[in-house]
Amino acid sequence: MARVTLDRVHKVYPNGFEAVRPTSFQIEDGEFLVLVGPSGCGKSTLLRMIAGLEDITGGTLTIDGREVNSVGPADRDIAMVFQNYALYPHMTVRRNIAYGLANRGTPRDRIAAKVEEAARMLNLTDHLDRKPAQLSGGQRQRVAMGRAIVRDPALFLFDEPLSNLDAKLRNQMRIEIKALQRRLGVTSIYVTHDQVEAMTMADRIIVLNGGVIEQIGTPAEIYHSPASTFVASFMGAPPMNLIEAAFETGAVRLPDGTAVMDAPGGRSGPITLGIRPEDVRLGRGSATFDVALVEELGAHRLLHGKLSGQPFTAHALKESDATTGSHRIDLPFEALALFDRETGMRL
Amino acid sequence: MKRAGFDNPWLPILLLLPQLSIICLFFYWPAWQALRSSFFLEDPFGFGETFVGLQNYTRLWDSPQYMKNAWFTLWFSFLVTFFSLAIALLLAVKADTVLRGARTYRTLLMWVYAVAPPVAGFIALILFNQRWGPLTEAFAQFGWLLRVRLEYFDTAFAMIVASVWKQVPVNFIFFLSGLQSIPRAVREAALIDNRSGISRFWTVTFPLLAPTGFFLLIINITYSLFDTFGMIDTILRNNPGDQPVTLVYQVYLDGFRGQDIGGSSAQSVVLMVLVLALTVFQFRLVERRIHYT
Repeated sequence: MARVTLDRVHKVYPNGFEAVRPTSFQIEDGEFLVLVGPSGCGKSTLLRMIAGLEDITGGTLTIDGREVNSVGPADRDIAMVFQNYALYPHMTVRRNIAYGLANRGTPRDRIAAKVEEAARMLNLTDHLDRKPAQLSGGQRQRVAMGRAIVRDPALFLFDEPLSNLDAKLRNQMRIEIKALQRRLGVTSIYVTHDQVEAMTMADRIIVLNGGVIEQIGTPAEIYHSPASTFVASFMGAPPMNLIEAAFETGAVRLPDGTAVMDAPGGRSGPITLGIRPEDVRLGRGSATFDVALVEELGAHRLLHGKLSGQPFTAHALKESDATTGSHRIDLPFEALALFDRETGMRL
Repeated sequence: MKRAGFDNPWLPILLLLPQLSIICLFFYWPAWQALRSSFFLEDPFGFGETFVGLQNYTRLWDSPQYMKNAWFTLWFSFLVTFFSLAIALLLAVKADTVLRGARTYRTLLMWVYAVAPPVAGFIALILFNQRWGPLTEAFAQFGWLLRVRLEYFDTAFAMIVASVWKQVPVNFIFFLSGLQSIPRAVREAALIDNRSGISRFWTVTFPLLAPTGFFLLIINITYSLFDTFGMIDTILRNNPGDQPVTLVYQVYLDGFRGQDIGGSSAQSVVLMVLVLALTVFQFRLVERRIHYT
């Protein structure tokens, strides 16, 4: 268990590409931190720098108060779970799990006991003498987990560990990993491009875009008060509605002139208005929503269409009689988020 | 797989005919001839032959010269195979970690592959030349006066060096592609699990190279037994005297120079059996056991 601190850590590749801009944050002891962002945002590079698999171009990385910039991966007291499991194909499950311990001079009986314990925890006891090729995807994923657990590391690193599994197994493993981390209390950094994984597993989320941190916060903070239009559109499915609007004559108005809220102060100019689909109130209000398509999801419905000429989505309860056509809607003041049109930052 | 059907039963046979006739003409027929004449004593001018049973074989067994060459062939094959594989593996592992100019480096290492065996022998002759060979001079610095084609051991040494040098590039190419097919994540996982690079190599990299390694082992044994003929011939300048020769070269010497068709055929049959055993070994043991993913 450990506290991890990044102080202006950045990465520039030899070809001059800056994958990660100077980044600083701290991960608390026992925390489950998720790095999320689209592909190429630098999240994997950041994780690999923490693992020691990539050189750190500048800044300092400390794990438990020790600067580890030039410490090799084997000496950082970390364990990593890879996207494609990275099991040793020529070793049995037992040897795969034991390999890291054996190389650290752990006594034989101690290794055997730890492997048995991890296998029991992960339902792998019957598969210990098989080779990875004989296992299913989920089982391989568990072996990779076991390999990390037995080491009792200060820090777990996960590099998109569930992206090779099918949807059902992914949901199940998501819960298992989270429960395991809770039980072991090991500080963890988890990289994913899947915002559902980020929301459900994280204690805290870091949203990355283009090598820059867009926002750090708890899942609720990230979801309910996104710091930028990028975060607003990346997190949540369906994402937050973003509509072009403007401060005009003392109010925030849609392009068709409908006033949705009073403007704070005497401001003017274009802005972007954000609202989550489930915060839209149907059936009354001043705005007109032209519904073109109703998406039936069983538990609820999604209405897709246009608001003042711009794409818009609203969430309807299953008992509501949502149909295509024009609907009166209300955009509650407390649910609205205002963003700068130019920079995309929250106002 | 889809089963193709032929209306005319002669068509598939017709299509197979070119391949089959080539195999029969250039392999089965000569092999049969060798097997047959190994039981006969033949007149050098082809005027007659006498059936002698297994005499040609027992003659081999009783010949100290043949047994000496058999032992030499064994050692020669072992050393050439071992050093060709070991040096190539070392170079491949090192080349794999080169980041800058990797392509140039690899191309340079592969070049020797294109050199024909007799040319390799000729280059070896120049390198080991008695009067001005650079290798001869280099070893002379250490007090070893190399006398290739005069001293048995020195000739053997030159043959082995030339054969290894010629074979390393082929092995290098295979080992390098073998190394590059090991998933990056597996190596990285090992990097986290094991701080010792040497231990990592022997416990992760080497076992994952085993399929490539076993394939190359067979290729190299075959090479050292058979394909070194041209090089040996060039080094000996077609005049072996009491210098070391491999069994394949012995076949040529006895058959074409000595006109002992029967004895030379018996030697060929011995070699054929050897190759057969090697092939069976490859398919039975290696191909079945060494298989991953």
